[in-house]
Amino acid sequence: MSAPVLAVRGLAAAIGHQPVVEHVDLEVPAGSVTAILGRNGAGKTSTMKAVLGLITRTGGEVELAGERIDGFATHRIVQRGVGYVPEDREVFATLTVAENLRLAERDASPRRELVAELFPDIIARSAQRAGTLSGGQQQMVSLARALLNENRILLIDEPTKGLAPKLVTEVADALARAAEVVPILLVEQNLQVAKRLAQSVVVIAGGRTVHAGPAAEFFADETRVERLLGVHGEASA
Amino acid sequence: MSTVVLLLITGLGLGALYFLVASGLSLIYGLMGVLNFAHGSFLTLAAFLGWETARALGADSWGALAAALLVGAAAGALVAAGTELLLIRRLYERHIEQVLVTVGLALASVALFDGIWGTDPQFIRGPAWLAETTEILGARIPNNRFLLIAIAILVLLLIVLFLRFTRYGLIIRAGVENRSMVTALGIDVRRAFTVVFAIGGAAAGIGGVLASHYFGYVSPQLGGSLLIFAFIVTVIGGLGSLPGAAVASVVVAVLQQFANFYLGGTGDLVVVLLLAVVLLVRPRGLFGRAA
Repeated sequence: MSAPVLAVRGLAAAIGHQPVVEHVDLEVPAGSVTAILGRNGAGKTSTMKAVLGLITRTGGEVELAGERIDGFATHRIVQRGVGYVPEDREVFATLTVAENLRLAERDASPRRELVAELFPDIIARSAQRAGTLSGGQQQMVSLARALLNENRILLIDEPTKGLAPKLVTEVADALARAAEVVPILLVEQNLQVAKRLAQSVVVIAGGRTVHAGPAAEFFADETRVERLLGVHGEASA
Repeated sequence: MSTVVLLLITGLGLGALYFLVASGLSLIYGLMGVLNFAHGSFLTLAAFLGWETARALGADSWGALAAALLVGAAAGALVAAGTELLLIRRLYERHIEQVLVTVGLALASVALFDGIWGTDPQFIRGPAWLAETTEILGARIPNNRFLLIAIAILVLLLIVLFLRFTRYGLIIRAGVENRSMVTALGIDVRRAFTVVFAIGGAAAGIGGVLASHYFGYVSPQLGGSLLIFAFIVTVIGGLGSLPGAAVASVVVAVLQQFANFYLGGTGDLVVVLLLAVVLLVRPRGLFGRAA
């Protein structure tokens, strides 16, 4: 396996005085998708936010392509090449689709052609306010914002949450295409999507890494899936 | 009829003043969550510096007034940006400390202005036309009201154009909606904070120079007295909403004028009652978005 693009060791984080991440280790190898799995409240989203500096890190190390970034402010981490697609999309509702995308452009030559190819529907709605889009379309805008720049890695948090089954497939297709150009750290409750996209998985429970390994191996062991995630391996939460 | 016209246009003039102060307050709160009690100090300083500039150039000329407005805007912008960089930047998300620092700055600056310019009001002069009146539908309207209204509309237009067509404007509009997501797009939102403080300070500075013409004097308490109503306007309009600040400025000022005339000088009381009603019925203000 190649050197990791992102390496997290012993990460701990808190919101206020409340610890939400206790000790998380994970690695995202180049050219791959790593899925963070776990039950509700396990600390998956908090881990992602802690990597980005959106919540207070209280311990551990985060390395991006060999460079320590755990002391950096969020905007500097992102500028180093970390794209973020948050849970619940967080598009700017009062801005148009075009403005949402323009705001996200950091590079001198943003990848507008790739975005137009992946998401023709939202490009056709450039002048529409993002708040008036459907949940699936907002997810596309959120993904497009992250794909516009030449990132080293994308952190994508529950991209299929709350979407209709048809849209889940569309988003998963888009993620598969995105994974061809950039490594992804993915938080995903829908195990079918995780199974389809991920080459490796990290399972978090109580803010701690309790399992890390190849995805195929993990999903093949249904007893372990049920024990760690509380769902059957074929289920989609 | 003439009384109604007089009260209406005078109310619009006062509303223009409120807007010049409230626009900055609203943008600053909307983007940064900072309640800036020092905003009135920017206005007062600009009013004094504008007055000094006009005196030096010959207070009766339009050129002196234009220079006073430019100096006022520049002084307001510089002092506001300096306040953000030196004091507020260290205190983001620490709301109690922000209030303490900005209230302290407001109190200290009044003492400073007392020390420099004295406690008595300094009566000012301007171009002769401003002191004259124009008859509209039988009402004789002081001309300075027209200047106030025109400049407030111009400032509103400039801010809207800035917000709509510049990169910083885009960042500010997005930041008012979701500041942490702007940061998560790799944008150093602190620069936008300084820009917003500077814009708000410039508008307050222009407001300071115009307020001295509206009231006919400049005094160390000028900013503080306007700031109270600007805060009321900001809350009624909806914290963070520029259109809200514009509409609420007009509503509050016109209501104040009518209540003062027809309800025995109860304008201030009526405005506070309006604030209470808005807070009870629509706590986020007329144009504010739900949290």
